[in-house]
Amino acid sequence: MTSVGTRAARKEDPRLLRGLGRFGDDFSASGQCWARVVRSPVAHGRLRSVDARDATQAPGVVAVVTAADLPPGLVIPVRLPLQGIDLGAFLQPVLAADEVRYVGEPVAVVVADDPYAAEDAAELVDIDIDEEPAVLDSAEAMAPGSPRLFPAGNVAADFTLGYGDVDAAFGRAARVVETEIEIGRHTAVPLEPRALLADVDRRSGALSIFGMTKVPTFNRGVLASLLGVDETLIHVPAVDAGGGFGVRGEFYPEDFLVPWLARSLGRPVKWAEDRAEHLVAVNHSRQQSHRIAAAFDADGVITALRDDVLHDNGAYCRTHGITVPELTVAMLPGPYRVPAYRGRIRVVLTNKTPCGTYRAPGRFEGTAAREQLLDVAAAELGIDRVELRRRNLLQPGELPHRRAITTLDTDMVLDAGDYPGLLDAAVGEAARLGYPAAVDAGRRSGRLRGLGLAMFLEKSGLGPQETADVLVSSGGAVRVLSGGTSLGQGVETVLAQIAADGLGVGLDSVSVVCGDTDLQPFGMGSWASRTTVVAGNAVHAAARAVRERVTELAARMLEVAQDDLTVSGGVVSVRGDPAASVTLAEVARAAGPASRYLRPGEPAGLSARRRFDVAHMTYPYGVHIAVVDVDAGTGLVRVLRYLVAYEVGRAVNPTLVEGQLRGGAAQGIGGALLEEFAYDEAGQPQATTFIDYRMPTAAEVPPIDVLVTQLSPAPGNPLGVRGAGEGGISAAGAVLASAVRDALGLAGGIGRLPLTAVRVQALAVASSATSTTVGIPAATTEGARP
Amino acid sequence: MKDIRQIRVRVNGAEHELAVETRRTLADMLRHDLGYTGTHLGCEHGICGACTVLVDSAPVRSCLVFGVQADGCDVRTVEGLADGEELSDLQQAFSDHHGLQCGFCTPGFLMLAEAYLAERQAAGAGEPTEAEIRELAASNLCRCTGYQGIVDAVLATARARYHSEGASGEGRAGGWHAGGSP
Repeated sequence: MTSVGTRAARKEDPRLLRGLGRFGDDFSASGQCWARVVRSPVAHGRLRSVDARDATQAPGVVAVVTAADLPPGLVIPVRLPLQGIDLGAFLQPVLAADEVRYVGEPVAVVVADDPYAAEDAAELVDIDIDEEPAVLDSAEAMAPGSPRLFPAGNVAADFTLGYGDVDAAFGRAARVVETEIEIGRHTAVPLEPRALLADVDRRSGALSIFGMTKVPTFNRGVLASLLGVDETLIHVPAVDAGGGFGVRGEFYPEDFLVPWLARSLGRPVKWAEDRAEHLVAVNHSRQQSHRIAAAFDADGVITALRDDVLHDNGAYCRTHGITVPELTVAMLPGPYRVPAYRGRIRVVLTNKTPCGTYRAPGRFEGTAAREQLLDVAAAELGIDRVELRRRNLLQPGELPHRRAITTLDTDMVLDAGDYPGLLDAAVGEAARLGYPAAVDAGRRSGRLRGLGLAMFLEKSGLGPQETADVLVSSGGAVRVLSGGTSLGQGVETVLAQIAADGLGVGLDSVSVVCGDTDLQPFGMGSWASRTTVVAGNAVHAAARAVRERVTELAARMLEVAQDDLTVSGGVVSVRGDPAASVTLAEVARAAGPASRYLRPGEPAGLSARRRFDVAHMTYPYGVHIAVVDVDAGTGLVRVLRYLVAYEVGRAVNPTLVEGQLRGGAAQGIGGALLEEFAYDEAGQPQATTFIDYRMPTAAEVPPIDVLVTQLSPAPGNPLGVRGAGEGGISAAGAVLASAVRDALGLAGGIGRLPLTAVRVQALAVASSATSTTVGIPAATTEGARP
Repeated sequence: MKDIRQIRVRVNGAEHELAVETRRTLADMLRHDLGYTGTHLGCEHGICGACTVLVDSAPVRSCLVFGVQADGCDVRTVEGLADGEELSDLQQAFSDHHGLQCGFCTPGFLMLAEAYLAERQAAGAGEPTEAEIRELAASNLCRCTGYQGIVDAVLATARARYHSEGASGEGRAGGWHAGGSP
């Protein structure tokens, strides 16, 4: 191995740095027209009529389409059906036909010769709606007499995961600790808005769709089914994507409308949303309220855990179905030994933008609830909060640990690791970096300074499979065709490193195509921190298979035994006789169709397709530690220091792993302190610009310290890798809640994320009124140094 | 009736003459009329800075400027930074310091930093501090990196430029290349 494990320069960088990336809106086709979606201006109401006459007459307009023009009954299916729950009554139509359920819901689409004309004409579409009361709060939505979003009611799902006799354990507990916490509504907000170009071949009706990155093969299937055509008529090529984080590339109404328009009009159709649209149209996430409690014995050992969660899913169930709520309650026990557990969650529909996954779905929320509970418990039980966690973490000898829970259609088996070891390492690293000293110094100078700590369990490497092809050209160039997709993480680089080592060539000779549906029809895409694990191992297997074929052919060429050959740097040579060698290019030519080295019946070409399938996920884990200052007057929380410690199994490229963790933490700081989709009482969204939706800048994000450990290779895959995409954000809400609670010396929990200035002001007033400082002395972490 | 004007604009040293609707933004004109798709639109209301280009050496948000306002101007976009395949010192520093992931915001940060460093050196101001670079970086939004790589890249470029004799405006450091047509 010469490439895996190194900080190889990214293959993506040169084109992106030169402005030569090709993102969705960078593609155009001659004769294209532009689509503009007309969206509901009200949160809830009966759609009486959509009058397009004026819009149709506007200059440059090609077509105006409403639900009446579409095939009837089109709804967007769930990509991930889970727990046997049928969400058929709550799916989103492509265009609203008789009822609108959130501000921003598509009701019509205008197509014009240029985007400015389309936008002008969209304003001429006259939508007549009988407004109905908006349901905006999940608890109120469940109340008797609440206005209904659907005939089936406002609760899309109500399910419980767990095991053991929870009530009995609570009944005989020495102490029970309970807290409530709400998680605010926010989402991924990648810097590139969504954009699509659908080009159509008028001879066959075949479509090429640019900009559908994440799960292109799945989306191709959905589109083929909705259009009633065979999937071979749809090609989704690989394009650059400006960040995904869960929201980009799911199947949205526009993913049907734009291709359907192209086929209907016989012209290429392009659509690029603006940011105001993005903030009301793309999946929101996170909004939940938890009532969580733990039962402890006299030694502070957890005997049972329960949580009752309301999940506000917005107006519809979209492609993710119940993924976020399921992961919330499935992952809630985290890395701890929990003998009995019950997590109930109700998925409630409200007149707000529908929700889906956002980086660390369910874990950001559940980790915040559980870790806040443990902080409150530590104070109530009079046990140091690190010690309380240490006492309850699963020990290395207890792994693998099977929980009687299924998640994402897999059995939950926590595979391997040393959770207490990483906790101690993180605490030690924070001490080495001066975190506790900084807290002491700040407090001595009169600041409200707090130290936060949170531990989390992640999951990654979801199967069931990924497929890869590795091909060698007659010039010796190696091409990888992966079903994994790249949303900007550096997937091309990681897969190239794996292929280079698997085959025995230099990294420079490898190029990677991710997620082209024609080139790799069996891909499952990139989500759930699965790509390095599942796509990576598929590439590894395919590259090893090509290497095997290379030595087989080289053995014929050199007239030696196959076992005597080695492949390195793109050269096949005989052990002990380096002069006897052939290059990879020569071997590739020897595999050509007219080659004398091919035996009768052998296919020409030097390539292999391999599938990596896996039944279980692999579970990485980590610790976040942060130091914050709270200004009690303004309510401002300033993050001074932030450490992410993470066990990644094996880092294919440590620089990219660190980049994932740092970037995740920055997003997490946004979700924990700044970002929130607020609505007024009529259901009008209050955050539709970057002035009101406050993403962190370089002024709010401190340098993020990272401690990446590779002490516990994943046992379930040959490369030993665990996913790295989400561990930077999983505990961000938890750790900042912990730090603010510590800074203010709160007796109870912080109650609600994000910790915006207004809320922190209120907490500061409440805490100074009671003034019981239970903050953990900074020396605690110093003392815990391993 | 569209209000269309004929304008002349130089982009990365290349002369363009074109008819453009007066309400068309400079960003749309660069991207869709002239093919400089390296300039990206992240918000179209002047906050994110992904669309930053230089107009007569000053950084502007091209989503907030009309194309016709660039009539007679010298516009520089990300495509003009590299010399063929050879990256500029700033571009190379972004790669070396992992200052980009998806790369969508990157052209805006590159143009912002390029203008800042050039202006600072032209004014005879001293080497920028990390705090000053961080404040500069807070002008734009990035959703992938957490900003540290960006700050490190700009800081490293500044250090190299300030510590190499005659660097300003010479060679790959801060130079401009006419080869950056789309």
